[in-house]
Amino acid sequence: MSTLLEVSGVTVSFDGFRAINNLSFQIGPAEMRAVIGPNGAGKTTFMDIVTGKTKPDDGYVIWGDKSVSLVGMSEAKIAQAGIGRKFQKPTVFEEQTVQENLLMALRKDRSPIAVLFFKPSADDLSRVAELATEIGLHDALERVSGELSHGQKQWLEIGMLLAQEPKLLLVDEPAAGMTPAEREKTTAILVKAAKTRAVVVVEHDMEFVRRLNCKVTVLHEGSVLAEGSLDHVTKNQDVIDVYLGR
Amino acid sequence: MNRSFIARNPSVLIFLSLLAFFTLGVTVLSEGFGVGLVSTSFVKTLGKTLCLCLIAIAMDLIWGYTGILSLGHFAFFGLGGYMIGMWLMYERTRQIVEGALSEGVLPPTPEEVQAAIGNQIFGVVGSSEFPLIWAVADSLVLQLALVILVPGVLALVFGWLAFRSRVTGVYLSILTQAMTLGLSLYLFQNASGLRGNNGLSGLQNLPGVTAPQSVVSLWFFWASALALGLGYLLVAWVVSGKFGSVIRGIRDNEARVRFLGYSVETYKLAVFTLTACISGIAGALYYPQAGIINPAEVAPIASIYLAVWVAIGGRGRLYGAVIGTAFVSLVSSWFTGGQAPDVPLGFYTIRWVDWWLVLLGLSFVLITLYAPRGIGGLFDLVGRIRKETGE
Repeated sequence: MSTLLEVSGVTVSFDGFRAINNLSFQIGPAEMRAVIGPNGAGKTTFMDIVTGKTKPDDGYVIWGDKSVSLVGMSEAKIAQAGIGRKFQKPTVFEEQTVQENLLMALRKDRSPIAVLFFKPSADDLSRVAELATEIGLHDALERVSGELSHGQKQWLEIGMLLAQEPKLLLVDEPAAGMTPAEREKTTAILVKAAKTRAVVVVEHDMEFVRRLNCKVTVLHEGSVLAEGSLDHVTKNQDVIDVYLGR
Repeated sequence: MNRSFIARNPSVLIFLSLLAFFTLGVTVLSEGFGVGLVSTSFVKTLGKTLCLCLIAIAMDLIWGYTGILSLGHFAFFGLGGYMIGMWLMYERTRQIVEGALSEGVLPPTPEEVQAAIGNQIFGVVGSSEFPLIWAVADSLVLQLALVILVPGVLALVFGWLAFRSRVTGVYLSILTQAMTLGLSLYLFQNASGLRGNNGLSGLQNLPGVTAPQSVVSLWFFWASALALGLGYLLVAWVVSGKFGSVIRGIRDNEARVRFLGYSVETYKLAVFTLTACISGIAGALYYPQAGIINPAEVAPIASIYLAVWVAIGGRGRLYGAVIGTAFVSLVSSWFTGGQAPDVPLGFYTIRWVDWWLVLLGLSFVLITLYAPRGIGGLFDLVGRIRKETGE
């Protein structure tokens, strides 16, 4: 299988603390992957490095068919290259409607001039409606997104990510604070998304990870501790010691 | 611009109609063309207020919509004023000098004329040489271009340096204050080439125009109203579509916009530069009505007042910025003009000339704390009450 994203030998320190230590990670073009690990294992820092928010001190981040290096690229450029990111807290633009949120995320020319003269075409609007249906918000298009429930905001943010049509989706704790019914729907959305693109889910909740039914990478102290199916890693003695045993 | 844009924003049409009605009303009541109920000096005050409303719209775009609290936009306003002031002063002095010299026996050489103009303009700062920055002062077209270019280029360079380094929030506000303070201190120097603390004066006299001030004041009043109308239309259009979505997104969550793939710095720079150009135009219309510009005009406090006006009017809505600015600046000139009656308390007399600033500061604090939507928020209240009673 070819590789979409390859992170190799990445190290980053904050004030002497090694948040990421010689981390290597690979993911293919249509794959679901769960990343788990205790607090401080470097899960969020890993996402920061891939999305360009944090510059690694050492190592490579190689992207796509053309093997472009993502190190040193701006966040906006990386996003345009096809990496979408969902934050832990739902971050949608609360003062704007669901439709405005989705339109802003839609894959289009992002230069100020093009955006200034942008008029949504019938195609754009039907694409937005389609996305809204997928995330269960088709009745809420005209609603201000600040009025949505916590779960709906999470879905809207996932919808915005899908609107970007990324090749890789990085999702940080999507199920946090959701009801069981909401979790089920979130799982369905993510599993469907992973059929056509790579999805990396960072999650604390083992039950949720089990439902995703995918390969799992366990991080500990900034590097990979174990990798494989959930059953495989939960039998690993090191994993039990640092994470599950507690 | 199209029909659907106006249809989607009824407040734009309402504002433009009110502005047209107001302009017509003032004209009919003026001394120049009407019945003379409104004095020429008050026409000038109203015209200047319209210019302040124009820069307030620019301030609302950069602060209310994009979330960048610039406390330096009066630097751009002042630069616009200086640029038009240079042509006004040069051209008028040239006409006077040529008139005076032509009474001599021999016709004056161009060098003599130039030296005499230089002497007239720069005599107060002990010089008669034209500084390099006056190179195109004899051309109205070029100086008008500079009205937009000088503030625009300054904003572009300053903004590029600041936004590229991701300076945000209060740090950016302080930097913009430093910029306007720096400009003010520079202009105070005689060597700046703009007559130091004397500034440029006599700007109310248009070269080659014999019409009385009562008429000229109306020309500028109309021009200011037109500029405000066009500025309002432009900014309302900019904030109405997807561009407006993106900049409001930057205001509410900059990082999220970045991860959506938008180059936040480019957007900020574009808005900062556009608003600087609008401010320059506003200044170029303001100072010929004021008659004089000097470095005190671009002192840091001026830009802070601008933020206060917009906050009191209600930021994030254009008519709010206009209402706040018109209201506060007119009330301010009433209080500080000595027309407001003093309040005798027996042991102490409140003189509004001194106490007006206290009142303004207090209302600013109260509005920020208890009515963050400002005066414009009243319209929401009215709308809500109407909705509730209607249902």
